[in-house]
Amino acid sequence: MKTENQKAWLFVLPVLFLVAFNALVPMMTVVNYSVQETFGNNQFFWQGLDWFEQILRSDRFHAALGRQFLFTATILAIEVPLGIIIALSMPRQGIWVSVCLVLMALPMLIPWNVVGAMWNIFALPKIGMLGYFMNDVLGVSYDMTQDPLAAWITVVAMDVWHWTSLVVLLCYAGLMSIPDAYYQAAKIDGASAWSVFRHIQLPKMKTVLTIAVLLRFMDSFNIYTEPFVLTGGGPGNSTTLLSIDLVKIALGQFDLGPAAAMSLIYFAITLLVSWVFYTLMTKDDRR
Amino acid sequence: MIELKNVSKRVGKVVHIKPTTLRLEAGQFNVLLGATGSGKTSLIKLIAGLDPLASGRIILDGQDVTRLNTQKRNISLVHQFFVNYPHMTVFENIASPLRVAGMAKSEIESRVEEAAGLLQLVPVLMRRPHELSGGQQQRTALARAIAKESRAVFLDEPLANLDYKLREELREQLPELFSDRGCVVVYATSEPEEALLFGGNAALMNDGHVTQFGPTADIYRNPDNLTAARIFSNPPINAVGVVKKGAQAHLECGACWGLEGAAARLPDGKYTMAVRAHRVLPMRTGNADVALNGRVIVTELSGSESSAHFQLGSNAWVSLAGGVHPYSVGENHTFYMNPCHCRYFAPDGRRAV
Amino acid sequence: MAQVTLSGLRHSYLPDPKEGQDYALKEIDITWRDGGAYALLGPSGCGKTTLLNIISGLIVPTEGAVLFDDRDVTADPPDRRNIAQVFQFPVIYDNMTVRENLSFPLRNRGVEPGLIEQRVRETANMLDVTGILDRRASGLNPDNKQKISMGRALVREDVNVVMFDEPLTVIDPHLKWKLRSKLKELHHRVKATMIYVTHDQTEALTFADEVVVMQEGEVVQIGTPVELFERPQHTFVGHFIGSPGMNILPCEARKNSALFEGHEVALEGPLGGQAGELTLGIRPEHVLIAEDGIPATVAKVADAGRHFIIDAVVGKSVVKVVDSRNPPEKGSIIHLHFRPERSRVYRDGWIATEPRT
Repeated sequence: MKTENQKAWLFVLPVLFLVAFNALVPMMTVVNYSVQETFGNNQFFWQGLDWFEQILRSDRFHAALGRQFLFTATILAIEVPLGIIIALSMPRQGIWVSVCLVLMALPMLIPWNVVGAMWNIFALPKIGMLGYFMNDVLGVSYDMTQDPLAAWITVVAMDVWHWTSLVVLLCYAGLMSIPDAYYQAAKIDGASAWSVFRHIQLPKMKTVLTIAVLLRFMDSFNIYTEPFVLTGGGPGNSTTLLSIDLVKIALGQFDLGPAAAMSLIYFAITLLVSWVFYTLMTKDDRR
Repeated sequence: MIELKNVSKRVGKVVHIKPTTLRLEAGQFNVLLGATGSGKTSLIKLIAGLDPLASGRIILDGQDVTRLNTQKRNISLVHQFFVNYPHMTVFENIASPLRVAGMAKSEIESRVEEAAGLLQLVPVLMRRPHELSGGQQQRTALARAIAKESRAVFLDEPLANLDYKLREELREQLPELFSDRGCVVVYATSEPEEALLFGGNAALMNDGHVTQFGPTADIYRNPDNLTAARIFSNPPINAVGVVKKGAQAHLECGACWGLEGAAARLPDGKYTMAVRAHRVLPMRTGNADVALNGRVIVTELSGSESSAHFQLGSNAWVSLAGGVHPYSVGENHTFYMNPCHCRYFAPDGRRAV
Repeated sequence: MAQVTLSGLRHSYLPDPKEGQDYALKEIDITWRDGGAYALLGPSGCGKTTLLNIISGLIVPTEGAVLFDDRDVTADPPDRRNIAQVFQFPVIYDNMTVRENLSFPLRNRGVEPGLIEQRVRETANMLDVTGILDRRASGLNPDNKQKISMGRALVREDVNVVMFDEPLTVIDPHLKWKLRSKLKELHHRVKATMIYVTHDQTEALTFADEVVVMQEGEVVQIGTPVELFERPQHTFVGHFIGSPGMNILPCEARKNSALFEGHEVALEGPLGGQAGELTLGIRPEHVLIAEDGIPATVAKVADAGRHFIIDAVVGKSVVKVVDSRNPPEKGSIIHLHFRPERSRVYRDGWIATEPRT
């Protein structure tokens, strides 16, 4: 049936173009690279799935993937509970609400490379406040340019500082949508604070929490700018996460084929984990 | 006038509105009556052009509007929930559709004032919706619909969220407000009394289907199927099985009465008899000579009337009588009905006589 | 179970209330007997929800005291008052089954499992939800959800009072009477003190043995449903209860009668008091269309199905008449007879006639 509403498609066209140029075309280029070998000069040789096999068997990839999962798991394990705790302790009404919200939003407004640079200076021994405080006040040996553990802690701390507010804001929105009657009923039912959290707040936050965890998973799994600026992936390879490694292969060594294959594998893993997580979290709702 | 020709709605494979043909006249109320989920809102959205049709055509004042955008149909819709622009004053809320239509400033002012006057909103014209009571908010939404002078106004249970007494007042005002506007008024409600008081025509809806359509008072008194009788009844209509044998109707409990006229000529067999609650009375009056002795389960008092739910054999009955009656819950009481108020339905639900 | 006493209650939402208008509740004194069924009836904004929240302990009143039996609980928080409440919208714990929902208030109080099991079974039986005990509560329809909310209020044996805050708001009109009657039945069975807040007269009159009618923060009349309908103490009660409400007509005083639009109307009894604005109050059900009487013009006839509501114009006043016979035609002249024993005069809104004994 042809109706006037068909006009709507016209308005969608620009977006379609944008998506095509932004996602589809680069994606196809990557797929193209991943099955060929090139030495520049626009000369290509068919390679089949060799690159994929090579990447999947390489120790370097396994190590980077391992570091990546460890990093993501660590920051999720810290940011989600911390975000929930902060959201729960934020005021529900009054002028402090907006003050808290602005404070929470601040870290997220800072450009990512600036965050990296800030933390870099902040953590440097002697010069940075954190470095100085750790080494000269507490007397703990702390140097993220030399010590892999210190580098790890700094990268994780930076991410927690940067992104916990996202979890806070989403959880806070979820909490605010709970009608007062629920709290009143819980008081009357004699529920403890833990029960209120377990049976009212957590179930009502579930949807936003799912979104928060998904966003944080995808973002942290693809993280590049901040750790690159902060540690450059070092010392050694200790903070070389997947995307940093990918860029090293692609731009550092100019191995376009393996880099393309690796990014596709990378993409597949992100997609798979997100899908599994989402399916598990929403299983009950669909029943 | 709005004409619906075989209009239907599907979402995927699920049929929400079965093919429906109706003529909704201007100058009177067209009531859609049915329980929650019976398809009233779906039908309104179809006519308003908010949802796509699966089939059929919609003719508004002789013009085929099936393919016309909602914006171009010049209609108004008032929801169950008070929908107003929160950042605008009452005046601006009422004026907004007129501004959009590009009407002259003086014309807008006079129209807003007229509508506000009719709905007693003049003292609050400069306030914002959150400073108003629920009744005032809903009156603002109604005033917007009135000022716009649309060709059709759809009212989707507009009084459902208001206080009981306020509902009573607006119920009385509404028909007067729209009486000389010349627009088609479609009013959805789940309350039979509301439909009756508005008069006009009513469409009884059940499961996405109009089971009966006609002058409201007529179809109340002469439902042509059992579903229609049930929809148009509060308290629920008494519907019990009877066995017709010769010129006699027998109830399971043993009560029986003589049948007259067309009812007497029905073939013998099983039927469903339906009689309204206010025709089953706790005392014997006039020709009400069928005695029903049942155990009173529940009694209710609604100001001027009292109702009693009683159990007789396997059937639950309801009686509704004016005044206050001293029933004892749990004990037996004899109720009486006049067989002339009974209606008979065939096993398939159609009216038998 | 307990007797509930409200003594000298006043409440204001303002920090520093001075005059009467600043108070959402003005001087409330009520005693509710142990085991009674009571209703608070009034339009929205009359203060009934504030009063309910004071009893449940969600609000501490500005002045006055709340007593459960002889214990002053004014300053106690809700969980120390041993009360139960059902809210306007169903409150259920989404991640629990129906059974877990019902046992929740008992588990929180450390009741032994055997007793919990027994109470849950009894409560589920009363509410006809035994069949869905093991279903997840989040998937139920609104009326079952509301039943579960009620169940959580009724499952405890030791509550002082059970409160209902417009509990039937979300229930489909066709099912309302079922839950209304269910509540009444529940009260007969559990014999707890119950307080029901609503703006709906049918719900209040059906449920309660005694109804408190409120208007603008004040109690206008406390009485049985029959008293409220038959002999309203205030024109507001007459108007608010009954559908349509009582006719409230301007009148002047004569010796033992009233003069309405130049016609003499006999009253239930002698008129007391002096000065003030007088009105004549008579219910539409008690105005009869007769052979002779006050002449009136029919302005409107509304068909309510089981009866007709007729607007009859006498002078500048409109008298509503309820009649179940064939209605007169619009524009015709009819004669009205006001039943004397039901005709009362109100002075400044309050009843001023005494019934003859």
